[in-house]
Amino acid sequence: MGDISKPVRRFDAPEKIMGTARYVDDYFEEEMLFVRIVRSTRPRARIKSIKLPKLPSGYCVVDKNDVPGENRIKMIFDDWPFFAEDVVNFYGEPILAIAGPDREKVYELSNAVKIEYEDIPPIYTIEESEENKRPPIFGENNLFADYFYEKGDPDGAFRDADQIVEEEFRTGFQEHIYLEPQGMIAKYEDGRITVFGSMQCPYYVKNALIKAFGFPEDRIRVVQTTTGGGFGGKEEYPSQIAGIAAFCAYKTGKTVKLVYDRAEDVEFTTKRHPSRIRIKGAIKDKRVVGIEVDIALNAGAYAGLSSVVLQRAMFAATGAYRIDNVRVLGKAFATNIVPLGAFRGFGAPQAIFAIETFMNHVAKKMGEDPVRFKLAHRYKKGDTTATGGLLRSEVRLPEITEKIIEMSEYYEKKKQKEKDGKLYGIGFSMFLHGCGFTGNGEEVLKSIARLKKRKDDKVEILISNVEMGQGPQTTLRKVVAQVLGIPMEDVIYENPDTDKVPDSGPTVASRTAMIVGGLLYRVAKELKEKWKEGEEVVVEKQYRHPEYIKWDQSTFKGDAYPEYSWGANVIEVEVDPLTYEIEVKKAYAVFDLGTPLDKKIIEGQIHGGMLQGIGYATLEVMEFENGRFKQRTITDYIIPTAMDAPLFETDLVVEPYKNGPFGAKCAGELTLVGAAPAVCAAVEDALGINLYEIPIRPEKLLVLMNKEDN
Amino acid sequence: MKIEFILNGKKVEVNTDPARRLLDVLREDFGLIGVKEGCGEGECGACAVLIDGKIVHSCLVPVGNVKGKEVTTIEGLKDTEEYKVIHESFLDAGSVQCGFCTPGFVMATYALLKENPQPHEDDIRKAISGNLCRCTGYSMIIDGVKLAAKRGEKLWKD
Ligand code: FES
Ligand code: FES
Repeated sequence: MGDISKPVRRFDAPEKIMGTARYVDDYFEEEMLFVRIVRSTRPRARIKSIKLPKLPSGYCVVDKNDVPGENRIKMIFDDWPFFAEDVVNFYGEPILAIAGPDREKVYELSNAVKIEYEDIPPIYTIEESEENKRPPIFGENNLFADYFYEKGDPDGAFRDADQIVEEEFRTGFQEHIYLEPQGMIAKYEDGRITVFGSMQCPYYVKNALIKAFGFPEDRIRVVQTTTGGGFGGKEEYPSQIAGIAAFCAYKTGKTVKLVYDRAEDVEFTTKRHPSRIRIKGAIKDKRVVGIEVDIALNAGAYAGLSSVVLQRAMFAATGAYRIDNVRVLGKAFATNIVPLGAFRGFGAPQAIFAIETFMNHVAKKMGEDPVRFKLAHRYKKGDTTATGGLLRSEVRLPEITEKIIEMSEYYEKKKQKEKDGKLYGIGFSMFLHGCGFTGNGEEVLKSIARLKKRKDDKVEILISNVEMGQGPQTTLRKVVAQVLGIPMEDVIYENPDTDKVPDSGPTVASRTAMIVGGLLYRVAKELKEKWKEGEEVVVEKQYRHPEYIKWDQSTFKGDAYPEYSWGANVIEVEVDPLTYEIEVKKAYAVFDLGTPLDKKIIEGQIHGGMLQGIGYATLEVMEFENGRFKQRTITDYIIPTAMDAPLFETDLVVEPYKNGPFGAKCAGELTLVGAAPAVCAAVEDALGINLYEIPIRPEKLLVLMNKEDN
Repeated sequence: MKIEFILNGKKVEVNTDPARRLLDVLREDFGLIGVKEGCGEGECGACAVLIDGKIVHSCLVPVGNVKGKEVTTIEGLKDTEEYKVIHESFLDAGSVQCGFCTPGFVMATYALLKENPQPHEDDIRKAISGNLCRCTGYSMIIDGVKLAAKRGEKLWKD
């Protein structure tokens, strides 16, 4: 058997380099119609009247009355309409769409639509939503989700504490800025709707269309086109675009293209949930022995996936630390902001930022070195997690920490206070990430993966998971080829088409590599047994969670995840002593993400994920003001360029997961979650103050430092 | 209005509104899909082309401005030896993930190495700072550029 981790050239790369790979906007057809969505220009209002311009022939309006089935995007609560009904709940909510052959004309017509509104008092912040003084957006109390779990005796721990430390943390919005904006092409032919587009989850889109059209499932087909990045942004949101494009195709009988421009994509698609996290720690003998974590997410106008994002945040609340007495509270608040949604890490980045920063602050308060303080609290094999799950595998945090401390020369550098006239700081973070779906997700999904060995002895991978840059076109081919002992080139894995592939679930949470990859590994084993040269053989398997995993979704007790990945980051920063501009100079990472399925692909995931985490902590500012985002383009919303990116140095420690393919665990999200707290710790080190909020903005540091001086 | 220019080495003529974005003309009228629209605001570099050898964001250029000029897109570079070196180097360095930014980075790399065959890390970072990539963290793209500089050595000096 070859070494699965050894890098190979990516299968998807040549076409992408040449520019011949087709993303959704690269498909053109004669007589194709363009669509422009007419959106609410009020954050919250009743629609009083709509006045349409005179439409030339060939142009049409599509609105809620053109939805053949239910005007609801299928998600967890199904409260989110494709087109607003009587009320709009966020600035930019789709009200209707205009379709026609000339793009400029479509834009012109859509700008000429006049809508009269009657405003309703809007709710923007967690606090306003919590106070519930204005007419609620959702239910009676604005809560999409309200959860709670406990372990041990937190009240006892607080009663007996030497000291109680209470802090409040805030995290901001984060926009995905996948480089390819969202888009879909829809057709209605022979009684069937077909949608092509940029997406992570073909079956989410398919199921949404089944509900929206009220069609039997064989009348809906969804095909993924080469996807230019997703990061969670193309998890649930594509259903919105697919629906609108498909309604237009259904009404006109023509092929319809709906591709967002960047400004639309920045302002009106989902983003990472802002959070307020309050942590109260009971300290005894210089150790955190009890903790209460209260997590509030600003969830936006519709429930979307917020309840599950909140669950992941809650299950990550105590980070990589064993604390025996735990209480975790969580609420997802409705506000009049675009629905917040999935984004790499899915609630964990907020929680890990808070717990890591809290642990740093407590360590400093106790006069201890944060690294040693954290190590003293770390999980070990055999411990139970905050939800009472069992850690069955070795937790190699001591080794991870040792490596990163040595690699970064942490303690030598820690003494340094200045560099080239800048304030110098270094910060450390330690963390975990739960692999795969949260809680009972996999049980509900029951994914199916299939391999088809063709007569020409080539093998097709038939799954619904997509390549969006993270590498499965290469890594999954490697897995299957290696099990079967055939060349990788003989394994075929095309962009999924729901007419051809079974539902192996969404492309999220690193489940493509670990869960679906593991399933494919087992399918390939069976195919190998059944292999008959020159004949077609099809093998298919349904995923079953390992028997030993116990989880109660109603009490949040047990194994919230089947396995965990672990890591530590060290970040070096230089802060300008006058402007407090932050430069992130170097980023170190050591991860245990199981067996890497390709070292180079993993390296790419690490750099990209960390840079998104660094951006989250520094440059990526999105403010909400007067009912609208202030940053509406990528001129205003800044993501790191090559000039902002640090040098990276990384290493791996490998503790394989026995059900992952060749021992792979989760990777993509893990690489992001630890960066923000490490940046924060580094800036704190440089300035000698405590911080409680990301993004860390120079103008706020200036105010804080002036206060310090006085 | 009739606008003549040289596109990927061939003389072409379009009859269109001179205010139309060069990006749209290249994609829609000539089917050159290697030129991508990532922002339409001049921020991302996915639409990068060469105009008379200089790298330009085609989303900011009205097609009327290229009258009589020489426009080169990734499709026009594809058969050159220089391109082949960049192609192989990007493959080996792992410079590509989702790929949406990649043709733009290839153009930037080509423009850089033509001007500065042995760039330092800082030169590379500066040269690609007009291109955004959300996937890679840039490091492995920079490796790709370095590799192309090294492998192409003589090519870049002509
Ligand atoms: S599309 Fe031209 S710079 Fe982004
Ligand atoms: S590879 Fe995805 S944006 Fe660069």
